[in-house]
Amino acid sequence: MRVKKNPLIRTRRPLLPPGQRSRAAHLLTAAAAEGRFALPCCTACGRFNWPMPELCPACLGDMAIAPAPQGARVLSATTAEVPADSYFRERAPWRVGLVQMEAGPQALVHLSPAAAMGDAVRLTLMLDRAGNAVLHAGKKDEDMTTDPQWQEMVADPRDRRVLITDARHIAALPLAQGLARAGAASIYAGLPEAWKPLDTRAAFEAVPGLTLVPLDVTSDRSVADLAAQIGGKVEILINTADLPRPGGMMGPNATVEAKAAMETVAFGLMRLAQAFGPAMAGRGADGDRGAAAWVNLLSVFAHAHPPALAGYAAAHAAALAFSQALRADLARGGVRLMTAFCGPTEDPWFQTFAQPKVTGKALADGIFAALLKGQEEVVIGDLARDLIDRLRDNPKAVERDLAQGRM
Amino acid sequence: MATPRGYDGVVLAVPVTVPYSRFSAHPAQWWVGRALAALAKGAGMAHRDFDGLSVASFSLAPDSTIGLTQHFGLSPRFLDFLPLGGVAGVVGLRRAARAVQAGDADVVAMIAADTNAPQSFRQSLEQFSRFSQDAVYSYGAGGPNVSFALIAQAYMAHTGLTRADIGRLAVAQRANGRLNPASLMKKPLSLEDYLSARPIAPPIHLFDCVMPCAGAEGFLVLREETARAQGLPFVRLTAAIERHNGFPDDPVMLRGGWPRDIGTLWSMAGCAPGAVDLVQTYDDYPVISAMQFADLGFCAPQELPDFLQAHDFTVAGDLPHNTSGGQLSLGQAGCAGGHLGLVEAIRQLLGGAGDRQVAGARRALVSGFGMINFDRGLGSGAAVLEAA
Repeated sequence: MRVKKNPLIRTRRPLLPPGQRSRAAHLLTAAAAEGRFALPCCTACGRFNWPMPELCPACLGDMAIAPAPQGARVLSATTAEVPADSYFRERAPWRVGLVQMEAGPQALVHLSPAAAMGDAVRLTLMLDRAGNAVLHAGKKDEDMTTDPQWQEMVADPRDRRVLITDARHIAALPLAQGLARAGAASIYAGLPEAWKPLDTRAAFEAVPGLTLVPLDVTSDRSVADLAAQIGGKVEILINTADLPRPGGMMGPNATVEAKAAMETVAFGLMRLAQAFGPAMAGRGADGDRGAAAWVNLLSVFAHAHPPALAGYAAAHAAALAFSQALRADLARGGVRLMTAFCGPTEDPWFQTFAQPKVTGKALADGIFAALLKGQEEVVIGDLARDLIDRLRDNPKAVERDLAQGRM
Repeated sequence: MATPRGYDGVVLAVPVTVPYSRFSAHPAQWWVGRALAALAKGAGMAHRDFDGLSVASFSLAPDSTIGLTQHFGLSPRFLDFLPLGGVAGVVGLRRAARAVQAGDADVVAMIAADTNAPQSFRQSLEQFSRFSQDAVYSYGAGGPNVSFALIAQAYMAHTGLTRADIGRLAVAQRANGRLNPASLMKKPLSLEDYLSARPIAPPIHLFDCVMPCAGAEGFLVLREETARAQGLPFVRLTAAIERHNGFPDDPVMLRGGWPRDIGTLWSMAGCAPGAVDLVQTYDDYPVISAMQFADLGFCAPQELPDFLQAHDFTVAGDLPHNTSGGQLSLGQAGCAGGHLGLVEAIRQLLGGAGDRQVAGARRALVSGFGMINFDRGLGSGAAVLEAA
């Protein structure tokens, strides 16, 4: 249950944990951002090493990262009662352990209070509030939501107030229902053009703690009005605003439709960022339920652009570019920007697209799972996953495939 | 591994300490210069006549030793820079000893100096090492307190040591330090005070921790004939070892690097551990002093509880230890913490330790330890000195 804040108490300003990392260590940041567990591994002899060395200490081979076993045993444990750094000082005591990893090396970890010397633990690679990869160790099958250090790094919706920007998106209702189940304190669902019928209105109204609010991300006024009402309350913002309109570059309405897509997907994001971003970034440490995450639901076509969706893909590519700026701005407050990528969804605008398509429920589940692990990126659905893997492997081949209408 | 040649003819002289202060507006360069002036005064030589300069410091940036030659008007033919923390003293001594022995230099000024400002300890933690940045400091930012707490926890479980055992070292050291006018910590410390101190990162508590401060230590390394020509009282170097990252495959640090080389140390010294009159260990933290007693051959690790209870570590006791009060009483002036034990041992063997003089001190063991780069101290060194 969310406790009302005492209005006389000054809002705690966000501080961040120490953020300096070597360039090589950011390979781990990428893995943590995607919720993967990987460790520095020698490309020549296959030995896992920690911390990330420039070359393998066993054979002087080049280093990369590789998937690794997540098991470990606690060699030693302590509690930092008087940390040197202000971020940790105001969160002290902070529990730290030294573990023997099954992968081979030893590592310092953020240690769950439930784990003690000698215990078997499971490691997770997470992003800390500064956005860098760190190791967390908890007991196997432990409920991590009771670990305040874990909770500090993830964006648990429990007792938080959440805004879903567009109730008309196929994922909006499952998101709202899931948030209610996850214990969100209140849920706001934005409704553009409220005079249009909303088939799911009754279902939305049945979600406990949900309020439908007018919000049109293409309107400066509408976004500003809503921010004036609830901008200081939103702790998780899930931007579902979208305008899927198939069509190539040379279609008769291509310019108009591309502009419309840009207005919603790219400039809509910018309007939301201007109106909601500063308050969220300022509330990153507002109690233990301060602002935690901003989620942009983007098309995987932001990465690879099918000619048949030229304007739509360009709008999503633009939004992805804006996301990086927004990530940097929110990061100053320790608030995470997460991008959820998906392929064509099961809605009328993608009616002619081949299966597999993604359901709203799958999107919502993917987003929740990623929020609960504090990820920065999640790819939802087989098509999107496959496309991104192929793009990493051979971008030109993907371009040719898409040109020939193959997803 | 062949036994190294002896340090025949190598002597140490003119122990100097530039009195420590908790904070200083002066940079490390100033503290090096003050130590250099004290060495020149003590030697009765012009500082320009030192033809070797060895400097250990963390806070000299953007300079290294070479820039100091122009600062202080020196023209040395032997130059060394050792930003190696608590092992820098022994490492620098070994290099300088060979240089003077071979005639590459005649008189090497050995100086360790660091400054300290209110923010500088935290800043140095943030910058300490690449591994620390990547994999230590962002885990609670406890600095060395957390790193040593993890080692201490494991070591106490391994050896059966209790805080009450370890506290005997801290308490004896404070008693020694109270006899040293240069000590920054003057309050008496009882075992009860030690045990009831504020937890910092258990099992590390307040009186396990050294206080960062500014200061400098120095001495000269030269050949015996040079010392005699200058009329300088001196002590002899009979043995010295160093080892870095000695046991990389140990999962947690239950020993420093010393066990790899103690055979060499005691065979060079021509005596057994029990034959020394005083011991100077690197006392950041006392549990690491205990580890040094075991690693340097005084007892097995599991015998440490009995060993610590059986001996009196004060200057009047049967095993005088850290007779100056150590860093726990004097403060930790950065890299100077590694030279402090050497300087104090020279002073004791020359009979110049004032109220804290160990009666009949003829032979001293000094050890150095340093650099928690990631999970363990990487550098271990030790030297045996004898009165002339």
